[in-house]
Amino acid sequence: MDFCIDQELSLMIKTVKDFVDNEVDPVSHIIEETDRIPEDIMKKCKEMGLFGLSIPAEYGGAGIGMVGKCLIYEQLGRTSNGFTTVIGGHTGIGTVGIVESGTEEQKRKYLPPMAAGDKIGAFALTEPQAGSHAANIKTTAVRKGDKYILNGTKHFITNATIAEVFTVMAVTDKSKGAKGITSFIVEKSFPGFKLGTVERKMGLKGSQTAEVIFEDCEVPAENVLGRGGEGYTNALKILTNGRAGLAARNLGSMQKLLELSIKYAQERVQFDVPISSFQAVQHMLADMAVDIELTRSMVYRVAWMVDQKMKVIKEAAMVKYFASEAYCRVADRAVQIFGGMGYMKDLPIERYYRDARICRIYEGTSEIQKNIIAAQLLKDYG
Amino acid sequence: MKIIVLMKQTFDTEAKITLDGQGKINRQGVNLIINPYDEFAVEEALRIKEKHGGEVVLVSVGADSVQEALRQALAMGADRAVLINPEMEEVDEFTTATILARAVSGLGYDLILGGWRAIDDGSAQVAGRVAEILDLPVVNQVTKIEIEAGKAVATRDIEGGNEVVEVSLPAVLTAQKGLNEPRYPTMKGIMQAKKKPMEKKNLADLGLSADQAAPKVKVLEYFLPKPRAAGKILEGEVPEAVAALVKALREEAKVI
Ligand SMILES: Cc1cc2nc3c(=O)[nH]c(=O)nc-3n(C[C@H](O)[C@H](O)[C@H](O)COP(=O)(O)OP(=O)(O)OC[C@H]3O[C@@H](n4cnc5c(N)ncnc54)[C@H](O)[C@@H]3O)c2cc1C
Repeated sequence: MDFCIDQELSLMIKTVKDFVDNEVDPVSHIIEETDRIPEDIMKKCKEMGLFGLSIPAEYGGAGIGMVGKCLIYEQLGRTSNGFTTVIGGHTGIGTVGIVESGTEEQKRKYLPPMAAGDKIGAFALTEPQAGSHAANIKTTAVRKGDKYILNGTKHFITNATIAEVFTVMAVTDKSKGAKGITSFIVEKSFPGFKLGTVERKMGLKGSQTAEVIFEDCEVPAENVLGRGGEGYTNALKILTNGRAGLAARNLGSMQKLLELSIKYAQERVQFDVPISSFQAVQHMLADMAVDIELTRSMVYRVAWMVDQKMKVIKEAAMVKYFASEAYCRVADRAVQIFGGMGYMKDLPIERYYRDARICRIYEGTSEIQKNIIAAQLLKDYG
Repeated sequence: MKIIVLMKQTFDTEAKITLDGQGKINRQGVNLIINPYDEFAVEEALRIKEKHGGEVVLVSVGADSVQEALRQALAMGADRAVLINPEMEEVDEFTTATILARAVSGLGYDLILGGWRAIDDGSAQVAGRVAEILDLPVVNQVTKIEIEAGKAVATRDIEGGNEVVEVSLPAVLTAQKGLNEPRYPTMKGIMQAKKKPMEKKNLADLGLSADQAAPKVKVLEYFLPKPRAAGKILEGEVPEAVAALVKALREEAKVI
């Protein structure tokens, strides 16, 4: 077993950590207030190739595997999670579908500008009546000549306001249930594509979540992604392999919270001693560190399994579930260690606390992850 | 245009310096970086290359660990690197400059860039010595460089203002803060750097003997600054406090 990180990945980690700590984190309060990522930060991310993390080198991406991607996500997690989500939503669910199921023409058309960050990608599965029960989507796609006509409404779509390329799941054959769903590459510029309400959220400021409406939206038939009727399977595949990535982002945030908490505990004096001398506080730090270490072990093992093309349905659900819950525990303890200051907007702790909460909900709730784990267990051992 | 960048790996600016049992600087577990002034030089070399074409070659003296810094500069966009390991216990500026000058003269050059000083020993000698050995003009602490046919126009910091200097090429120019803002390596650049040539050499490869490069300066002792004592607050009425302050300045601080 070899846990060493090679020279190239080490340099990537160092580069991204420097960038996040020195350029992004100092403006994280601006991201929070304005609900957008400053233009110069976006520009630098694009130049550094951070939008091409999932894309093979021949299409202009970084050409690193899942382990490499997770190592970088971990560093991106060390600041505003809204910032992390703008990149993570694009490089994760936003591009992976085209990378994994796209035809050569689709890849050559879409991936280079997406790798450069010139075109942002998004993923549109969820609908008002189809959240956890994703197969219950109602958006329809009807073939008309060399086009498909899409009608329906998607909601809670990450980065919808800045995205130009959407991976959209729609029903092509209602009689076949989940096997009657097909995925499409839909461009914002296609006739009949409309942006709906932009949600006001508890956190993740900087990454906007919005409604996407298709009104007789015309999608060329060559934009079917993968085979007809495999849209639901495609969606599950995209989500499955992405789970370690979301966990890696959580890992970075947890690590940052631990660093901030240790520093604060050593500086904050009560009863004439630093609060780090109280065992109750020490135990909180220890519990945070254990959650972090466990997440780390799981993230990189699952990422490695993805790179080995092993089946990871159960393990990916486990890491997504564990890391989301762990992040919420760690953020909660960080607020506790910071006391009243942990509740104040002057410090970033309360922001992490709010941002952590979404992780147990999106890309499959914790309950759904447990359903997946149990279903696999019953299958494997049944 | 062939541009040589003289580059040193140094401790991270935030590294905590400690001494080991032998009174030497402890290198264990310290983060190493490209000397920040050398990073300006790398960036400037890349910008000149992007504008005028050519090649950027990095040259460094040091142990194998320096490869990491060189890879970083290759990832930024430099074309190749040469690392000379002097295999000596201690080196001084004479040693480093002698080795660098020999290595550089074998490579050929139109322009040589470096940082004006290294942030670790801060002696600010090496680039100037290399220029002297190679019989080249040197312009120190530049904050702007324009390249024109066969010459460079360099702006340098001087006390209270700037000086604009024209110098014929080849020349040695040393970078000062403000010259540019170094780019971050790109992820693609990092992957590509793996395939860029990095030559590793020793003194014999350069035709130098250990004697020819032997240091002329020997460090006698390293010691850390005394820890800062806690401040002292003088109590009492103003006239007495002032008297006590003057006494303390004379007798304790010995500044008047
Ligand atoms: C900020 C944000 C960004 C998002 N980004 C995207 C995006 O980019 N693309 C996209 O397609 N979607 C996105 N979503 C949607 C997200 O994936 C869904 O919100 C999520 O899957 C849960 O669906 P729901 O909100 O409808 O909750 P529901 O499915 O209504 O769930 C409500 C509760 O019931 C529980 N529950 C439901 N079914 C079961 C069950 N079978 N067993 C046990 N418990 C169950 C859930 O766990 C949860 O606790 C985003 C959501 C948010 C909030």
